[in-house]
Amino acid sequence: MTPAPKASGLQEMSALVELADVGKRYADAPALHSTNLPIERGRTTVLIGPSGCGKSTLLRLIIGLITPDSGTIAFDGSQITPANIDTLRRRIGYVIQEGGLFPHLTARANVLLMARYLGKSHEEMRTRLLELCELTRFSDNLLSRYPIELSGGQRQRVSLMRALMLSPELLLLDEPLGALDPLVRASLQKELKEIFARLRQTTLFVTHDLAEAAYFGDEIVLMNEGHIVQQGSLVDLREKPANDFVREFINSQRALVFT
Amino acid sequence: MKVLPRPKLVGCDNASPARTRARRGRPSGLSLSFLILFVAVFSANARAVIVGSKKFTESYVLGEIAKRTLNDAGIPAEHREGMGGTIILWQAVRGRQIDAYPEYTGTIAQEILKTDRKLSLNEIREALVKFDVGATEPLGFNNTYALVMRRSEAQRLGLHTISDLRNHLELKIGLTHEFLDRQDGWQPLRARYGLPQQDVIGIDHALGYAALKNGSIDVKDAYSTDAKIAEYDLVTLEDDLQFFPRYDAVFLYRLSLPASTITALRKLEGTLDESRMIRLNAEAERTKNYARAANLYFQGDTGSTTAAGESFWHKLMRWTLRHLELAGFSLLLAVIVGIPLGIIASRGGSTGHAILGFASVVQTIPSLALLALLVPLPFFGISVRTAIAALFLYGLLPIVRNTASGLQDIPRALRESAIALGLSPMTRLWQIYLPMASRSILAGIKTSAVINIGTATLAALIGAGGLGEPILSGLNLNDHATILEGAIPAALLALLAQWGFDPLDRVLIPKGLRL
Repeated sequence: MTPAPKASGLQEMSALVELADVGKRYADAPALHSTNLPIERGRTTVLIGPSGCGKSTLLRLIIGLITPDSGTIAFDGSQITPANIDTLRRRIGYVIQEGGLFPHLTARANVLLMARYLGKSHEEMRTRLLELCELTRFSDNLLSRYPIELSGGQRQRVSLMRALMLSPELLLLDEPLGALDPLVRASLQKELKEIFARLRQTTLFVTHDLAEAAYFGDEIVLMNEGHIVQQGSLVDLREKPANDFVREFINSQRALVFT
Repeated sequence: MKVLPRPKLVGCDNASPARTRARRGRPSGLSLSFLILFVAVFSANARAVIVGSKKFTESYVLGEIAKRTLNDAGIPAEHREGMGGTIILWQAVRGRQIDAYPEYTGTIAQEILKTDRKLSLNEIREALVKFDVGATEPLGFNNTYALVMRRSEAQRLGLHTISDLRNHLELKIGLTHEFLDRQDGWQPLRARYGLPQQDVIGIDHALGYAALKNGSIDVKDAYSTDAKIAEYDLVTLEDDLQFFPRYDAVFLYRLSLPASTITALRKLEGTLDESRMIRLNAEAERTKNYARAANLYFQGDTGSTTAAGESFWHKLMRWTLRHLELAGFSLLLAVIVGIPLGIIASRGGSTGHAILGFASVVQTIPSLALLALLVPLPFFGISVRTAIAALFLYGLLPIVRNTASGLQDIPRALRESAIALGLSPMTRLWQIYLPMASRSILAGIKTSAVINIGTATLAALIGAGGLGEPILSGLNLNDHATILEGAIPAALLALLAQWGFDPLDRVLIPKGLRL
């Protein structure tokens, strides 16, 4: 469990999210051992590791779908509790692999769902929606379609719009491109990276693909069996692997990343 | 809350408030709240004298005659036809759901007072006082039980008495369910005569006659005034050991009825001998119209043609509307109660299991038994309420189960997406979960509707009317045309309900789920 004293560059403020000694067990098996991790503002942090390593658990802890058994999570300085989680969720966007779009709502209704719930004005919603369509390169002609009438790539764009609708401070992406075919995936990767850069978006990105991690990650956090094994840049992981697991993990995907 | 329309009353509505109070008695706290809830139903019941009848021709005819007699005396009266067997009628008169019904002295002693002794009418009266029930003098005929056979068969075997059956083990015996279970019925009769026949089948009274006629059975129980005895050329086996008690017909009535009502009812005493009763029964079975048979009794009376039966279309309308009321109201209740229960059940845990378990157990109770179980309860009795309550319980399971499974089938990822957005639990339920489960919930409601429309035909068994009414009287008269008068419209209603839901699907299921 290496702490992460990585304040290189622009960061003068504290981390947006701060996990302190956070642990979680499912039934009898620990999913996440006592873990410390700061999520720095304006950067993309990538969580990577094999299936069941605890990376999704970590994400779900931050958005409050599960609660930690031990330790605390602070968001923008205040500790996440059941009392404030609903308010905090409005400051966090969440995109999952299958998109998580509601099939009975049109693309537009999916994107506007939360804004409507909060009673935003029509004008405000319309402006923001057009902005997002432009940002995600989603044709506004398709807004009245239902999720089932959209392609996988289009669905993920809508899902991203929904996550960004309220201009969240933090964007959580749980393998957002995992279900897409390689061509669509490659072009979306490129677009996403541009979007994050343009928005200076604080992003926590979960993937099991090292190439994707290297492409997005300002900071790569490699996890295994509920522990953070090593964190740093791809070069750090390759040149100074913390243990055999890191070496093995890097090597197994080496052909993809380094050729 | 929707209030049931008042049943159509015969005669006028001029019952005085004093009489209404007298009939209802002093309300307890509990019954007071029922009064408030169901004031329309109660007040409808409170205005006319209600005459009940059992589910066989003679009882229908006697009920009709009593109604006419009361009406002729200026007393508003209503006839609830063919409500069921002895115990149901007895419970109904004790529970004040009806005011009078025709009964037989032998039945009173054996079935109601549960004694093996042969009681005089005065002894019967003394015993009934504590139930607030009185009895008229005999109407004039003794309708005792009898065992009957085809005349040809009896002659061929040389059978004259019940004792003669001892040597004929091969004869197939078919008995009504009531006779099989009665204390003065088959078991003691068999013991008394030492009959060897073990294997008897239970069969409906009217169907039994058909079975006897076509040779499916050889011996059946009958009432000695049954019109069918003459019609099918049957013979009565002599009760040579005098096993059967006398079954003198009387009217049982509630003692708290106004004296004028009792006086009017007592005008029937001694006016009907056996041959006259057989004629009336035969007329009822020939014309399939009890009101016309009752008219025969009043022959010479100038108003005798006024009570001729209502037109078929009018009756069909009345049955259908009542049927829709029964099925519709119970469905509405099942939806209102079932969806919230389904939502709770979808969360699992012990409460969820308990709810689904309860609904499943209710579903396994045969519908007839469920009706019978509700009848003795204080609030229910013989009424539309009971039918609606039973149908409601039946309609519950499909709605609860489909609501629960519809909600549980929502993928976890979507459930979590709704939570992660920050929507409140109520908003998640109304805007996300329920719309997504709408197809399943509607399918449950559709199943309930079709079940309820079918099961509502049984409501006629407890006098709640509907399309079961012609089915029951048709069964009673062994008349297929009458059965179909109820069965065809009931089947059509079920089909209509099925089709009616398709447009509803388009309105209630979000478009995104129908693509």
